[in-house]
Amino acid sequence: MTPPLAFVWSEFAQQVTSGLAAGAIYASLALALVLIYQTTNVVNFAQGEMATFTTYIAWTIMNHGVAYWPAFVLTLLIAFGGGVTIERVLIRPVEHRPELVIVILTIGMLIAINGLTGWIFGPEVKAFDSPFPNRSVIVGGVAISIQDIGTFCICLGTVVVLWLFFRFTTLGLAMRSVAFNPDASRLMGVRVGWMLALGWGFAAALGAVAGMMAAPTVFLDPDMMLVVLIYAFAAAVLGGIDSPVGAVVGGLTLGVVINLLGSYVNFVGQELRLPTALAVLLLVLVIRPTGLFGRVVVRRV
Amino acid sequence: MRRWAPPALQGLVLAGAVVLIVLLPRFTSEFRLGQFTYVGIYFIALLGLNILTGYNGQISLGHAAFMAIGGYTAAILILGQKGFELAGQHPSHVLPEHGMRPLFTIPIAGLVTGVIGYLFGIPALRLAAVSLALATLAVAVSLPALAKRFEHLTGGGGGLSLPLPHTPFGWNISTPHWLYYEAWATAAILFVVAWLLVRGRVGRAWRAIRDGEIAAVSSGVSPAVYKTLAFGISAAYAGVAGALFAIQVSYINPDTFPVTLSILLLASVVIGGLSSLSGVIVGALVLEFLPIYAQTPPVVHLNFAKQAGPVVFGVVLMVIVLLVPGGMASLIRRLTRPVTAALARKA
Amino acid sequence: MSTLLELRGVEARYGPIKALHGVSLTVAEGEIVALLGANGAGKTTTLRAVSGTVRHTGEIVFEGKQIVRSKPDAVARAGIAHVPEGRGLFAELSVWENLRMGAYVRGERRTLRQEAPRVFKYFPWLERRRDQQAGTLSGGEQQMLALARALVGRPRLLMLDEPSLGLAPTIVQEIFRIVTELNADDGLTVLVVEQNANVALATSARAYVLEVGQVAIEGESAELRRHEGVRKSYLGY
Repeated sequence: MTPPLAFVWSEFAQQVTSGLAAGAIYASLALALVLIYQTTNVVNFAQGEMATFTTYIAWTIMNHGVAYWPAFVLTLLIAFGGGVTIERVLIRPVEHRPELVIVILTIGMLIAINGLTGWIFGPEVKAFDSPFPNRSVIVGGVAISIQDIGTFCICLGTVVVLWLFFRFTTLGLAMRSVAFNPDASRLMGVRVGWMLALGWGFAAALGAVAGMMAAPTVFLDPDMMLVVLIYAFAAAVLGGIDSPVGAVVGGLTLGVVINLLGSYVNFVGQELRLPTALAVLLLVLVIRPTGLFGRVVVRRV
Repeated sequence: MRRWAPPALQGLVLAGAVVLIVLLPRFTSEFRLGQFTYVGIYFIALLGLNILTGYNGQISLGHAAFMAIGGYTAAILILGQKGFELAGQHPSHVLPEHGMRPLFTIPIAGLVTGVIGYLFGIPALRLAAVSLALATLAVAVSLPALAKRFEHLTGGGGGLSLPLPHTPFGWNISTPHWLYYEAWATAAILFVVAWLLVRGRVGRAWRAIRDGEIAAVSSGVSPAVYKTLAFGISAAYAGVAGALFAIQVSYINPDTFPVTLSILLLASVVIGGLSSLSGVIVGALVLEFLPIYAQTPPVVHLNFAKQAGPVVFGVVLMVIVLLVPGGMASLIRRLTRPVTAALARKA
Repeated sequence: MSTLLELRGVEARYGPIKALHGVSLTVAEGEIVALLGANGAGKTTTLRAVSGTVRHTGEIVFEGKQIVRSKPDAVARAGIAHVPEGRGLFAELSVWENLRMGAYVRGERRTLRQEAPRVFKYFPWLERRRDQQAGTLSGGEQQMLALARALVGRPRLLMLDEPSLGLAPTIVQEIFRIVTELNADDGLTVLVVEQNANVALATSARAYVLEVGQVAIEGESAELRRHEGVRKSYLGY
């Protein structure tokens, strides 16, 4: 290989790996959105803000001297509880209303939680610890940041754990049955309301993971997850809004594509990365409205 | 559509509102008058959004983008190439040479935005509700970045500074008064147009599509025609509002109409009452005053002023959705029912 | 034989439309009772009232306890298995996962381990096709899966809503043969709603005929087969 080619390859590999790391974060939040969409038929626009708020809680816990991983787990539990509570208290009263109404409710939550976060913790940017060392490893001649590897592993690891839960446990099966057919589930003795609440709990925990993985790089401030939510939303829709697999694939794809677009297409540069990605996404949607993995619903009249 | 009260009473309330709007400048300070001008501008934008989302059921998370298009159109036309050069910027040769009178740029801005909205509505037909929400959000997020990019047309990140407004044709009204009446006269005309559309065949088609597209098709309503029409009209309204906004502020830059405004517009429509034209006034009042008023309580707290506004706004929105889904309009309807029912019995 | 299920003056409505105008019936333990009637008579609604999936008033007593205010999942836990119209299978899940859900009401793993052999005795082919997606089964197979799924939960009362719907006559015979066997072997109590009055009256001990949301005719199935009104309207001769 001549030197110029080797140089390009290593940069390409770096962009891909950092794209995969960012994509893993999008994938986690996208999966959270899909989890809720499958059971409630609504995109929870407050998912990003919930993630931000729980990340601030993690920050507070760590500031009180708790080590990283215990704080991480504790935050996940708190996030889970928060998600369950929000579903039971706020969403349950409007479960039977039209989807537009519930969407507006989540937008209200977005506004309120974002304001609350800024109010309680202040708008200044804060630093957030990372459990991973700030170094790179050389793999096949390419320098890959450990932070990227760690982020990818934690996010995807959480997704895998969740997958195992849904595939092999009774509760996971019950939740899946609710997503497919809530009425039949009731006849099987499933407490559908609580299954929905658990879905929100898991989604909130996923969001917490995404937030804690994003914070070291983008720094902690109240608006941290606003853009990530847009990416996650795009990833979920790209993958097919009711497909968990699609959310993960969509997230990873989007992360890589955005990075590569930003680096290699001059017109795009840094500012137009998001608009370009969204434009490509919308093009895909117009061609295939249900997304890459979505179920094509035949509407019977 | 259920009538709130006997037509006579409705007419009376409407007349009262008109009188109030006309006489308002006499009782308020100049600052307040500016605020009420913004209420009028938001009123127009919210009318448009209500048509699209309330009456036609298509969710738009990006209406501020249409306002931006209208605002930039007006600004560019007002400046003309000469104006760009005077500001030390390099204009595109697409622009007219001399600036236009601001008043005339308003309908043009509306038309341009309307056409763009209509064109947007065509591919939007293929998108499901969720994807449409994403698409409109994408437009809202992308537009500022695009505006920064195309400097020759939009003045880039620095934006466009417009000459300060003044009352045209040498009329003998103070400028703030002129701007106020300009906004509200436009609002009144557009309200009547919206009202006529909504209660006529077009409005019925919109509602039929919103309530069940398949059923609407079997009644002979073509969703494609009416959905794109709704997008176009609603965008035109937002464009007019954007133009008025730019004229009012005498300045526009990519951050004048951010994504947060798009979200707040949708929130305000819901607070006022989806598919209630009269509720829109409440939404406009809330949009202009709520974030500000939340800052004035006497509690002395450093962060309170900036951060309490969104919290209150969000909580109000949630309360409305949870308790009063029809928005403030339906709440008012319910509260005044004893009176209106009694009057109906008398009639 | 003790009374397992009793309805007294049950009324039900779908929004503003009243579907049941006061239905009273009983099902004794170990019986097969048929609920007949024309389309729209209220047969399905009656089952829905029992399982709590439609708004209703009146009295519904199951094993001596009032279940009229109970939610569907509570009714299922009380021991009533409702196989709804259209079967209510989880089409995207596999045969085995559907069965797992049937056992959910009594504690999935343990119950399924105990009940699966029994169910496979009646439906041997299910075991061979456990990983097949339920939505890809034929109509008759789906009905049998729905029945098997209900049985796995060891219900005290089995409610079947139009099991013959859309199925070929031989399959219908097979299904009702299995129901008869279950009733004879295990004493399973069955309340079956049917449009096919012939096979329903042949299988059941007693029957009720609903008309316009009320019980119009009731009695032993053998007698109803000779009843002139029933013969003319529902048996076709």
